[in-house]
Amino acid sequence: MKYSEKVMDHFTHPRNVGEIEDADGVGVVGNAKCGDIMKMYLKIDENDVIVDCKFKTFGCGAAIATSSMATELIKGHTVQEALKLTNSAVVEALDGLPPVKVHCSVLAEEAIKTALADYYKKIGRPVDFEIEKSHEGEE
Amino acid sequence: MAKYVYADNASTTPVSKEVIDAMMPCFETCWGNPSSLYEKGRDAKDLMDDARERIAKVFNAKANEIYFTSCGSEADNWAIKGTALKMREKGKNHIITSKIEHPAVLNSCRALEKLGFKVTYLDVDEYGVVDLDMLRCSITENTGLVAVMFANNEVGTIEPISEICDIAHAKGALVFTDAVQAVGNIDIDLSKLPVDMLSLSGHKIHAPKGIGMLFIRRGVNIANLIDGGAQERRKRAGTENVPYIVGLAKALEIAKEKLDDIPRVRKMRDRLISELTKIPYSKLNGSRENRLAGNVNISFEYIEGEGMLLWLDIAGIAASTGSACSSESLDPSHVLLAMGVPHEKAHGSLRLSISHETTDEDIDYIIETLPGIVKKLRDMSPLWEEVEKAKIKN
Repeated sequence: MKYSEKVMDHFTHPRNVGEIEDADGVGVVGNAKCGDIMKMYLKIDENDVIVDCKFKTFGCGAAIATSSMATELIKGHTVQEALKLTNSAVVEALDGLPPVKVHCSVLAEEAIKTALADYYKKIGRPVDFEIEKSHEGEE
Repeated sequence: MAKYVYADNASTTPVSKEVIDAMMPCFETCWGNPSSLYEKGRDAKDLMDDARERIAKVFNAKANEIYFTSCGSEADNWAIKGTALKMREKGKNHIITSKIEHPAVLNSCRALEKLGFKVTYLDVDEYGVVDLDMLRCSITENTGLVAVMFANNEVGTIEPISEICDIAHAKGALVFTDAVQAVGNIDIDLSKLPVDMLSLSGHKIHAPKGIGMLFIRRGVNIANLIDGGAQERRKRAGTENVPYIVGLAKALEIAKEKLDDIPRVRKMRDRLISELTKIPYSKLNGSRENRLAGNVNISFEYIEGEGMLLWLDIAGIAASTGSACSSESLDPSHVLLAMGVPHEKAHGSLRLSISHETTDEDIDYIIETLPGIVKKLRDMSPLWEEVEKAKIKN
């Protein structure tokens, strides 16, 4: 198994690692039993623009790299744009992932959507999108 | 030159210069087929016979008890499936093995289950030692084979093979032990240890990949797995891999000589264990004493093994992990799970397997490098964040 240079770059120099104290949306997906957990923090302004985004991830190299790339892809974009981010876009941006690691990118997509759902709930907006739960039923 | 520390000797080892030198004549001059009657063939046969004699001597066995195979997995498959087919003729259909065997053993047993054989998978304790009471309770007159590894590949636990032989033989069952990890670490005297079959692999002891061996004690009759010509006394067909057989003999002789160096390896291992378990929230997997001289297996909580391997690789250290992310499945190491290690801790396991080629400087380098890597990964782990927050609260 070999990772692309982009994956290794994001693994060794992850962008946007950390927490946001007063986040507008927080999403946690995955579980320790399966070996990966991603936590996404979003700071969103009054125009629905994601002004800041941070993550913490427990997981393999691909899990860390996909989290990092996902934050880069949504930072500075609107909530509507972030909702359109697919796992395959994350994989593409990383110049591909080994087939067994594609689930990490699914987790990154889920983490963002879960954080956005949290934001919707906080501001009283109905959650009108679905979140695929890749780890459901595995506990 | 950048520092490089190879600490994955339980996976494979580099071929030693002496082994390469021993093999070269087989490629350059004695390349004949040992089954041929003319001189080139006879020369090759002489080399092979000599190798077989020398290997027998290493184990205090007889030359006609040594059978060469293509790898350790083939030897494991042959011992288990060959015994199963033979014991069925005697009306026996029960096999006992353990939950922590190598996949070559476990999956051979699973394949036999599909053919109607009954298999008992013995539990192990928290240190990975097989449950002898469970063996005593599950063995019956119907049991034809007990297959337990000599030493475990992941946590290095050495199994009580002598006692297993006593229990099995009292019930008329044969004993097979996979000694792939034990060879080179433990002196094995087959005139004293009453196992019926023993497998080993060349590439774990500085011979090339592609050569294995099965010891079958005289008087023990198992079915063939590879049918064909009359090689290996009609028990294992296929033109013999003379160069690698000669290489294996050399490697085994060197491994036996190097047993004198084992106390030094054990000392390095103990230093690694003492220093690395000083890292907070870390735990040694397996026994402190009853383990192979070169094996270290430690779980670091709140992080995942593959990340550690990648950072170690960048630092020039080769190691391995029981995390699921290094395999094709979602489950971490079956060995650690059988020992009762929780999933999340098994994901954070790191195996370092050192050898007589490892130096004190290598150990220093690992001890200097690893804590920073663990910290770096914990700093980005949401699980660690919870631990830190709980600390502040208290």
